[in-house]
Amino acid sequence: MSSLSVENLSVEVNGKRILDEVNLAIPKGEVHVLFGPNASGKTSLLMTILGFPNYKVVSGEIWFNGVSITNMSTDERVRLGIGVAFQNPPAIRGVKLADILHNFLKSEPEAKKKEIELCETLNFTKDFLSRDLNLCFSGGEVKRSELLQILAQKPSFVMLDEPDSGVDIENLGVIGKVINDFLKERSGLLITHLGYILRYVKADKAHVLIEGKVACSGKPIKILDQILKEGYGWCEKCLKIEKKC
Amino acid sequence: MLKDREEVLKAVSKPASLGPDLEIKDYIREAKAFYSCPVSSLPKEITDQSLKVGIRTDEKDRIGTYFQIDHSVVFQGFQKAFEGKIELMSTTEAIKKYDWLKDYWWNLIPANMDKYTALSELNWDHGYFIRVLENQKIMFPLQACLFISTNGLNQNVHNVVIMEPNSEAQIITGCTVHPNVQRGLHVGITEFYLKKGAKLTFTMIHNWAQNFDARPRTAVLVEDDATFVNNYICLKPVKSLQTYPVAYCKGSNSKARFNSIIFGVGNSNIDLGAKIVLQGPRSKGEVITHAIASDSSQIYSRGLLIGEHSDSKAHLECRGLLVSDRAFIHAIPELIGKVSGTELSHEAAVGKIAEEQIRYLMARGFSEAEARSLIVRGFMDVTIFGLPDALRDEVKRIVDGTAKGVL
Ligand SMILES: Nc1ncnc2c1ncn2[C@@H]1O[C@H](COP(=O)(O)OP(=O)(O)O)[C@@H](O)[C@H]1O
Ligand SMILES: [Mg+2]
Repeated sequence: MSSLSVENLSVEVNGKRILDEVNLAIPKGEVHVLFGPNASGKTSLLMTILGFPNYKVVSGEIWFNGVSITNMSTDERVRLGIGVAFQNPPAIRGVKLADILHNFLKSEPEAKKKEIELCETLNFTKDFLSRDLNLCFSGGEVKRSELLQILAQKPSFVMLDEPDSGVDIENLGVIGKVINDFLKERSGLLITHLGYILRYVKADKAHVLIEGKVACSGKPIKILDQILKEGYGWCEKCLKIEKKC
Repeated sequence: MLKDREEVLKAVSKPASLGPDLEIKDYIREAKAFYSCPVSSLPKEITDQSLKVGIRTDEKDRIGTYFQIDHSVVFQGFQKAFEGKIELMSTTEAIKKYDWLKDYWWNLIPANMDKYTALSELNWDHGYFIRVLENQKIMFPLQACLFISTNGLNQNVHNVVIMEPNSEAQIITGCTVHPNVQRGLHVGITEFYLKKGAKLTFTMIHNWAQNFDARPRTAVLVEDDATFVNNYICLKPVKSLQTYPVAYCKGSNSKARFNSIIFGVGNSNIDLGAKIVLQGPRSKGEVITHAIASDSSQIYSRGLLIGEHSDSKAHLECRGLLVSDRAFIHAIPELIGKVSGTELSHEAAVGKIAEEQIRYLMARGFSEAEARSLIVRGFMDVTIFGLPDALRDEVKRIVDGTAKGVL
């Protein structure tokens, strides 16, 4: 059974079509990569899977562990076991990283200890937890804080939106290792623009999204090589061929 | 008593320049007398209410206590170890004891400013006198409670706080009412004097009632190297509250900060300002206000920075959060530079909770209602007060407790 699957999904934002008949199935235990140029709809796909209300599903269905989640609220989906690390999370003044961790860890017997362990894993000192969420975080801090929250949540399926962008090499090492460890025995969808994270994370399959459509799917390393060599122009051609048939 | 009575009498019907005008004769002046007693023996309804405004009747972690109910001083005292370091008594007693106190009395606030100052001069009901002597650094708070237990009562207190050179202290003032009190009028005159090198953190928590009116009048004189921090919290319903405290940073390197967290509930009309006048070289000021308006509340959040010295600097920040379509917030930040070289700035933002923030928290498993409440409570974040850890945690508990009730 798939962990997550998307069937013929078309989505509009403010009346504008941004995803077009997208099909995607991520079997349990697999990690898939989503490539695509800027503005191709990668983040939108993620927001739609999360059920953000401004991403209007015009047609299609989203399944999670065999259950249709298409009409569920975001928090219901999250409680079923979907986790996300956002590309650009909003700053929320006065709300602390600790508030979110407490909520995820409230049923853990040794929550305080766990919290400190998680901070150590991601190179945070404990006082980082009392910072206002995402307010004046550096690029690396944003990405690590997103991962910290996921580690506390322990979702069975996780979506990571460009965890490697705007991150220096040192942070990339930390992030890469944490993601790789976390994804063992879990399923995931990993969005990456330049594929840096793939040096650390083993992925099973890759898809390329072009103008809201899945243009091709295949082996991650092979596709990444092509993109790096020829750019996304190669995929665009590919899409045209598909259209013809 | 010490000012030209005729001038004061002329002001008895003079409306304040801001806030709804109140009819003084609508409030009663008769209150039964309360006899002095240890604060720990006060009835439970009183101790419970005072705890919510930071006043501990067990006096744990407090150096001294002033407790006034209606027009009676029920307790004034402090720990023996602080004999000769601090003074704490009612102003009625202090005025009798110290002839020099008249130099501090109505010295920063004109008694004829408006009908409320006039009222408290003509019908003066005590208030506290706190003096921290030279070089004394008092690390635990002193507390003062101004309590109203008679429905419809008018209470007029006049407080004076004198921080002698190089002294340091924290004061918590809690103003609240008995659960049976629905209406009334509290007028509080407070004059603060911070002498050279003194540091005072003054935290005031108000818990009034839906039909209660409050008109505090506050002024502060900050001398060389002295620092005044004023923290104000008002999260419970009030019919009308109007106050515009002012700090005169007269000394060189003098500093003043006003931090406020206010929550408008029901039909509350809250008009809260803070004014800092930068007069000394290297004087600095900061005003931070977080205002949340719910229900049909109306909040005016004012700030005025006046730069009178060429080497002075101040910043004003006003954040307003509207959580109801019937609520209203008017942010009025004002800067007046009188000399070149003064650096004044402000930042004001009023709006509703950003959808994006709610979605983010929902993606962390919070329901929409939980997400909203978390964001609103975040707006009441007491870390903006810069309090010492123990007091910060205590104030946070009070705010969280009150927030739970109003959200
Ligand atoms: N909330 C939104 N409002 C308006 N347009 C949006 C919104 N979200 C996405 N879009 C548009 O949809 C397209 C896809 O964007 P996005 O999914 O962010 O792409 P990617 O993540 O691949 O860079 C872009 O043209 C973007 O401007
Ligand atoms: Mg994106």
